[in-house]
Formats: sequence, structure tokens, C-alpha cells
Amino acid sequence: MHMEGLPVEASDRTLSGRIQKAPENFLDQEGIRTVIAESKSGRRNFIRQAFAAAATGAAVPIAMAQSNPVPSEGGDPNILNLPEHAKGLGQGVAAEGGYGKPSQYEVNVQRRQSPGLTQTTQASVSFAPLQSLFGIVTPSGLHFERHHQGWWDIDPSKHRFMINGLVKTPTVLTMDEIMRLPSVSRFHFIECGANTAVEWGNVAVPTVQYTHGMVSCSEFTGVPLITLLELAGVDLKKGKFVLAEGGDGSSMTRTIPMSLITSGEVLVAYGQNGEMLRPENGYPLRLVVPGIQGVSWVKYLRRVEVGDMPFAAKDEAVHYMDLMPNGLHRQYTNIQECKSVVTTPSGGQLLLDKGFYNITGLAWSGRGKVKKVDVSVDGGRNWKQARLETPVLSKSLTRFNIDWVWDGKPGIIQSRATDDTGFVQPTYQQLRAVRDTRSIYHNNAIQSWLVQENGEVKNVQVS
Amino acid sequence: MYKCLKSILTSALVLIALSASAQSVVYPGIGRPATIKEIAAWDIDVRPDFKGLPPGSGSVSQGQDVWEAKCAQCHGVFGESNEVFSPLIGGTTQDDIKNGRVANLTRRDFPGRTTMMKVATVSTLWDYINRAMPWTAPKSLQTDEVYAVTAYMLNLAYVVADDFVLSDKNIAEVQKRMPNRNGMSTKHNLWPGKEFNGTSKPDTANVACMKDCVPEIKVSSMLPDYARNAHGNLAEQNRIVGQQKGADTLQPERKPGASASASSSTLPNAKSAAKPVDPAIALLAKHNCNACHAQDRKVVGPSFSDIAKKYPGKVDYLAGKIKSGGTGVWGTIPMPAQSAPDADIKTIAAWLAAGGAK
Repeated sequence: MHMEGLPVEASDRTLSGRIQKAPENFLDQEGIRTVIAESKSGRRNFIRQAFAAAATGAAVPIAMAQSNPVPSEGGDPNILNLPEHAKGLGQGVAAEGGYGKPSQYEVNVQRRQSPGLTQTTQASVSFAPLQSLFGIVTPSGLHFERHHQGWWDIDPSKHRFMINGLVKTPTVLTMDEIMRLPSVSRFHFIECGANTAVEWGNVAVPTVQYTHGMVSCSEFTGVPLITLLELAGVDLKKGKFVLAEGGDGSSMTRTIPMSLITSGEVLVAYGQNGEMLRPENGYPLRLVVPGIQGVSWVKYLRRVEVGDMPFAAKDEAVHYMDLMPNGLHRQYTNIQECKSVVTTPSGGQLLLDKGFYNITGLAWSGRGKVKKVDVSVDGGRNWKQARLETPVLSKSLTRFNIDWVWDGKPGIIQSRATDDTGFVQPTYQQLRAVRDTRSIYHNNAIQSWLVQENGEVKNVQVS
Repeated sequence: MYKCLKSILTSALVLIALSASAQSVVYPGIGRPATIKEIAAWDIDVRPDFKGLPPGSGSVSQGQDVWEAKCAQCHGVFGESNEVFSPLIGGTTQDDIKNGRVANLTRRDFPGRTTMMKVATVSTLWDYINRAMPWTAPKSLQTDEVYAVTAYMLNLAYVVADDFVLSDKNIAEVQKRMPNRNGMSTKHNLWPGKEFNGTSKPDTANVACMKDCVPEIKVSSMLPDYARNAHGNLAEQNRIVGQQKGADTLQPERKPGASASASSSTLPNAKSAAKPVDPAIALLAKHNCNACHAQDRKVVGPSFSDIAKKYPGKVDYLAGKIKSGGTGVWGTIPMPAQSAPDADIKTIAAWLAAGGAK
């Protein structure tokens, strides 16, 4: 049964020599002798399980170590000895002061800086712990951070939003007014253009948190920017470009593509995952530009200006440009192309036993929906299609899963996403053939994780 | 008064126009016309065609004075420093100024890319200095100071002469000498829309092959053993339950075949991973001390460990220094006076004096 889940076309052939063919072989003379010996040593539960498994023909082969063996005292003390929480009175409502926190046992799940990446914490990055997340939503407190000049917690009653440039009436709105307008709520991923940047030339960091942790996904709530532009009487004949500007110290600016504004996709957002935006993510107002690199999602949004030419802001004329081998920079590179990564098993993790695992990961495309994800466990020689979990939404993270039985031998796990334009996520070889290794941004190459015999998983690149 | 009347009239006209238009939806009572004063306060962007550039001027030598007082601490006296940010100046030549292409950008072996090597538009420099510099006090420069600082940077890159005075009148001429002015391309597929006449197709074209796709697979890159713990103990960066654990990178890798469960018992639990943060360290972050000081290396100012070593036990002295600022003890770059609450300053000083930074 488990064999069906193997993502390798040739898996049955490869594995047949290694995995003992339970259950029919299990009840041979040797097996029965083992069972009797185990029985004498008191491991009755183990025996019962083993027999039950053999009888139904649906078990993990016995060659695989049991990850949850019965202790010699005949039962798990966690079952036999009732814990405090089963015998006492628990805590009352609103005990955490009215805003709940994760369990104390989840303290390892944190966003983290990559040591040595930046000299300051205000112009820096913290990476989301993708290795520990489920589904497609990034908890707001674990959303990656990228600040150019530090973050602020801004009083929303004093925040203003201005529209000017090629409009009939330059207009000012308060937060109250923006929140009175008809709103939409949509799931979208946001990925920094420099996500995976350190890996262009070679492996540089150990885990998926540091290789891919500048992507997050939230349900954003806000007003389509086009609604606000129309309110101000936008001139869409002359107005071909929109400048978005932040209200913080760096007052960051970016040129926003008009086609995504007129399509209604670009949002002026205040909500994130059912509550207001977090301060680190732009409270009280940010731009949401689906499919476009995070730097365009201007935080603390104070102003948009409609113009007839691009604005060549610092973050599109000095940074966030892609250097090509001929010395030219590609400018106004905005779209985050189709990409995926396996989040478990992934670099820095340890598989404790052979046997069944659920290979899981995330896929996304700045051009639309993820159509399919293929997974390889042999370094890209053979592939099998993974299950896409619902919902599968446009310009959103999509969760994929595929069954895998680890035989204890080295393997290289990869995922490869295809989006609904038919674009297939490239290999490092294909990317480097066009862009070489110096372009910093938009690295959407297929990621490889080496599962070693000792169970440790390593970040590798293959050729 | 006239302006006020005019804007009221305009907005009334707009409302009429909007309600007359079939596509527009009107939301009565939402938003109001921005005043001319409000627009002037916020509409500060300067475009490549210099729309938005306010009149004014500044010389290279004035720029040098501003630079040394307000910019050099992060960017170095010649804009060359990479201690805090990437270098601004360097890597451009007279030939580049002639050609409008920076030749070093074609060299794989050239170390680093400075702002002056990359930027094609002088408006970008002016706009960004004006809106976001100096880093700790953005928008504090006068218009003429922005012209002066821009002139000084251009002079460091030999784009303008030592006696040049940059102004709104001659900045378009300077644009014609920008070293990388012809270095941009929009021939790509990464802009949604047709405004830039990009390419119609992406630049890679992988195929979703399913079987026997690659003849031979070699691992071409992985982290060296000495980097095993460079990102901290990975065991503490994974959940304590689940189908996998984090590898304990404080320990050498276990040998293949060794019992997995043995090493699982040595995994740190969540409690041991949660170290309490020293309140002083939290204050260093809160008051942005970390912008200029690091634990164990010089950034703009001296490291916390060096300060702790030099002034053991001297809580009051250190608190006084933090409050008043100063220069000369650790070099010529001044430390500005700090306005943090006294209690916070005292906590930080006590922590330094106790050598907590070691």
C-alpha cells in the first residue's frame, strides 16, 4: 500500500532488495521464533501490533525500526501514569491577558535573522520558519520582515492616505474613511525579490528558513486601489504608472504596474489574517501587489501618485535590478516567477527512523495559480506528481504533499512547480545559463535537499 | 480664499462628473480634496525628467562639509565604506562617463557593485538623499544641502569637477555624464503590462520531464563541516514534535547506522531553548543602540565588549556618556546625545559596567 505513494517511478525496483516483504514473509518460522522470544520478554503489545499488521497486510515492514516501541515495563508511562493535566483543574479564560500566545513548547518556532547578512537590525531581514508551518497561511507573528529603515507602530487615527498626480481631484482619506469603503479579502503570497539570493552561486545557508524564508502568505483585507483612484477621478488615458510611497523615515517608493491596478488586484490593505496588519508588516496601511516582489508592497502607505512615466525610485534604480552577464541591469523586474520548495524533510532536519514520511512543501507563482507540483527523491532523475491541497488560489501559496517511505539510503529530494501559464520552475543550470550568478534577485531554481544515511538532511546543489 | 473657493468648486465639479460617468462609483461622504499645502508637504518625489525637483543649488565643497558631518559615519569619508552599508562610490572610470556603460559590471571577478556603478539616473540620487537621508534623521537636510551632497558624490566619482555647483538648472547636463546611464534594460518578461515593451516569454523554459530525466546526478555544492553551527543550533530551530527533529549542530554528525533514538534523547527541549533575554539587551534594540554598536566588533562606534572592558564598574560615568554623547575617546566620529529615559540608560550602563557584554 505504501508503495503507491512513492514518488519515484522506479521505486519498486529500487527498493525491492532492501525492504523485507511483509506481511507474508513475516509469519515464517524465523518470524514465529522471534515472536515467541519477544513474548517471553514481555513485549506483548508489540507482538499484538505486529500480528495485527501482518494479518491485515497493511503495515510497515518489520525491517523498519519501530519509532514508538513499547517500553520493557509493558506500557508507555505517558499512558500508564496519568499526568497532572488529567487530574487537576486547568486555567481560566482570558488568562493570557486577552490575547492568546502559542504553547510554551512552540518556542523554537521563530522568525530569525541570518547571521552576518546585515550590519544593522533596521535595514535587515528576519526569515519565516517555513520548516515548521502547516497549510498556506503564515501566522502574522511569524511573517518574514524586511525593513529598510526600521519599523514603527503608527497611530491609525493620525494616519492619512493621499492620492495625487494625474487625477481630477487630489484626495485625502482617513483610515476611518478607507475602512468604510467596500472591502475584499484575498489570500496572497508576498516574496522578497531577494529570497534565495544567497544561493545563486553555491550553497550558503543550512535550512529552508534561510534559503526560502522571505516568503509568507496571508489573507489580506482592504480596498482595491482602483476604487480609490476612481474616487479621485484618475486619468487612465495619460496615467500609465503609479508611484506608491511609505510614510516612515525611508518613505520608500516604487513604481506600481497599472495593469494590476486596473484589474482590481492591487489592494490598499489594512487587514491581515483577520486582524489589523502587524506593525512590522505596515500597520495601519500597506499596498498589496499580488504576484509582485515584496518591495512593491509599500508599508505605512501614505501616498500614491499617478504619472505618465516610471519613477526610477532608489529601490528600482539602485537595488532590485537584476545584473545580466553582459553588464546590463534588467530594470523594473517585478514578477515573482513560479517556484516551490520542500519544507519537510529539509536542510538541518533529522529523520529519526526509516519508514513512512509525508513530504510536504509550498509552491507559488506570481503569474497565477499553481497547476501541478512534481517531487523527486533521486535528485531529479525521476518525478512523481504531488497532491495539491485546497485551496489552490491565484498568486497565493499552495501546499503540496506526497507519500514517501524512506529506506534509510541517501536520497536527494526536489520539488518542481508548474503554473497555469505552463511555465515550469527552472533548474539552477537553466537559470545560470541565462543570468549567470550575479543577478541577486528572482532566484526561483529547483531546491535540492540531500537525505543522508544518518538521517541528517543537508542543503545541496546538484549538477 | 480664492484657492479655497477654487478647490471647493473643483470637487463639486468632480462629484458631478463622477456621478455622470457610467464606470465610476461614487461613495458620498468619503474623502476630501487635498489642499495645495498638504500636497506640497508630501509630494516630494523627483522623476528622471526632473519633474518635482525644487529650485536650489549646492557646491561640491559645501557637500563635503555636510558629508563629513552627517554621512561619513556610515558611508566613509569617500563613500567607500562597506562597514554599515554597501559602498556608494568606486568602480567607475572616465571611459564609463563617456560611454554611459560601466565596464566593471561585465567582469565576474570585480568585487562588489557600488551605487555609482549601478545607478543610471541622477534624479534617483537626489530623490533618495532628500527623502531618506541621513539614515537616523531623514528629511532633515535643506534643499541646498541635498544639492551639495549630490554634487559631492558626483565629484567623488569624477562626474563633476571640484569647483562644480549643482543646481536645478544644470542637473540635466549632469545626467548626460552619468557613468551607467545606458546600463538599463527592460527587455524581460517580469513587468506585468506592456508599458516597457518587454519580451513576450520568460527567459527559462524547463520541461516537466517525469522519467529518466538526468543521466547522472552529482552533488556540486554543500556547506563545509566548519559551517555546521554557523546559523546556531538547528535543533533549537525546529519544533520539538513532528515527523522530524532539528539536527543538533553543537555535536558532530552521527555516524550512519548509529541509533537514531539515542541522539533524539540528547535533543534540547523547548524549555532549555528559551533563554531569558537580558533586559539591557532588549533596551539596546529598543533605543537603536545596535544601529552603531555591535556586541563584539566595531561598527560605527566601539563594540559593547570593548566598552565593558575599558570601564568596569563605572556605571555613572557610562550613563553620563550615553546621555551627553561625545567624541575623541574611540575616534573622531561623534556619538550623539541620547534621549532615552534615565532608567533605561542606567540599566544599559550597569550592564556594560558589569561586563555583561563579554
